[in-house]
Amino acid sequence: MNLKVRKKLRHLNRYIPLYLMMLPGVIYIIINNYIPMLGLRIAFKQYNYTKGISASKFVGFKNFEFLFKTKDAFVITRNTLCYNAAFIILGTVLAIAVAILLNDIKAVRLKKIYQTIILIPFLISMVVVSYLAYAFLSSDSGFINNSILIPLGIKPVPWYSSPKYWPFILTIVHLWKGFGYTSIIYFATLAGIDKGYFEAAAIDGASRWQQIKHVTLPCLKPTIITLTLMSIGRIFYSDFGLFYQVPLNSGLLVDVTNTIDTYVYRGLITLNNVSMASAAGFYQSVVGFILVLTANFVVKKLSEENALF
Amino acid sequence: MVERKISFQIMANIILIILAILCLLPFILLIVSSFTDELTLTHYGYRFFPKKLSLDAYRYLLVDSTTIIKSYIISFGVTIVGTLANVFLTVLFAYPLSRKDLPGRQIFSFFIFFTMLFNGGLVPSYIMWTQVFHIKNTWWAYIIPGLMMSAFYVIMMRTYFTTNIPEAVIEAARMDGATERHILTSIVLPMSIPIVATVTLLVGLSYWNDWINGLYYINKDTMYSIQSLLNKMLMDVQFLLSNAQSGASINQDIVLPSTGIKMAIAVMGAVPILMIYPFFQKYFIKGIIIGAVKG
Repeated sequence: MNLKVRKKLRHLNRYIPLYLMMLPGVIYIIINNYIPMLGLRIAFKQYNYTKGISASKFVGFKNFEFLFKTKDAFVITRNTLCYNAAFIILGTVLAIAVAILLNDIKAVRLKKIYQTIILIPFLISMVVVSYLAYAFLSSDSGFINNSILIPLGIKPVPWYSSPKYWPFILTIVHLWKGFGYTSIIYFATLAGIDKGYFEAAAIDGASRWQQIKHVTLPCLKPTIITLTLMSIGRIFYSDFGLFYQVPLNSGLLVDVTNTIDTYVYRGLITLNNVSMASAAGFYQSVVGFILVLTANFVVKKLSEENALF
Repeated sequence: MVERKISFQIMANIILIILAILCLLPFILLIVSSFTDELTLTHYGYRFFPKKLSLDAYRYLLVDSTTIIKSYIISFGVTIVGTLANVFLTVLFAYPLSRKDLPGRQIFSFFIFFTMLFNGGLVPSYIMWTQVFHIKNTWWAYIIPGLMMSAFYVIMMRTYFTTNIPEAVIEAARMDGATERHILTSIVLPMSIPIVATVTLLVGLSYWNDWINGLYYINKDTMYSIQSLLNKMLMDVQFLLSNAQSGASINQDIVLPSTGIKMAIAVMGAVPILMIYPFFQKYFIKGIIIGAVKG
């Protein structure tokens, strides 16, 4: 027995250098990721800055009661889910269309140039994107008001105080920034398809549209499932910069731009209402987690090999 | 048949050219406005073909440049230090994970993977970083929270190691008495330059572009990175707007950077990336493709 244990220890001994290598990463992940998970219990407390989380008073579900009594909870959930749903559907369709076009381009040089250019918006920070949007939308000096609407004799629009346009503006900005990235992923999958399928289909007299329907899309199915699954897993989260920065944090637009992330930030920093912010944050973490597990479970039922885990 | 193919090629090219132009137009508008004369800007707004060009914005930035230079130093410093730290942590974590014989490998994999599924969110993190570690208004605020290691890149690198480095090579080196550190530095890393380059670029990009840590943890004027400075100036625009809407007159004494200068700084926030991008684009594209394949 003793000998066995010692042998096992000697065996583990060999791996000590490897464990030591992982140590810094483990420490970082514990501090950066796991300790805040434990901190989620703050949602059940009345937080007191001087006492800290542990010593603050336990109040049960009171923070949640406050949150769900207001219409905020409904608005932020609706906005987060609806925007994400629109982004997933439109984003996927656009990206696949672009990937198919890219894949069909014969000239190799041109193909490279297109790939390079459509990725540029993806590389730029949301702050710079906000400046780009501002250059178009500013009511006094914006390009759209000054160079399009006024010359056409249309009354200029005060964009940053007209909520009705923002669902479209945010969707366009999101698609503009992200379509290159997703297109490249689909394009890479397409490039891996055996050309023989297309030739066979063409010989059988399949039109372009039929080829896309019967060869291209079935080949893309695993990628579509994986990417959509990842987006559905993140459907309770939103791009903070897009919803906070691009509308310039304008109070008049809050109804159509407030998502769970911006709500938590405003609650914590601007309003200094830790209870409300932490309740909303808890709601996001837990429901978000359930959604990832559910999405993965459904995919596992439908087609095992496409599941994430 | 052949004719139809040619017409399809033309159509596909036209659509892609239009998309490419749509991607570039906003940048062109931004750059042109930064070179536009201030009076022309106030009269005619942002235009692609302004009546009068001027270098005033950039002259101003170069003469009265302490803010900009300072924020550039912070941005470059943070990007370099943060990226090195991240890649260091990632390689050191990913290599042992890639070793199929490591006892407890599954546990460590789950440990890192779980952070992609569940997180504590902003409130507990914010309280921890500010109340326990006191990183507010320090360089640490830009480097440490959230960005210094990511499960995504660890898994990406681990997958690369497992699929590209034969176990036999590592085993042979061990037989020859090489230490684990040696195996990592003289065998694994030289064989993994593409993935290390890709991760370095993607991490560098997220450090350079990050303004969220600045928004959360920095409120001291001398501590703004270029992205945080941009963010602050954008909020000043909002401040002006909200004043105008409530009918209050704008105080003429407040010296706000003029519109052209704002655009010039935005250009300076984007230019380093746009400049290095053409040289490294194949790594970016490769990174996106590898990242999409599940670990």
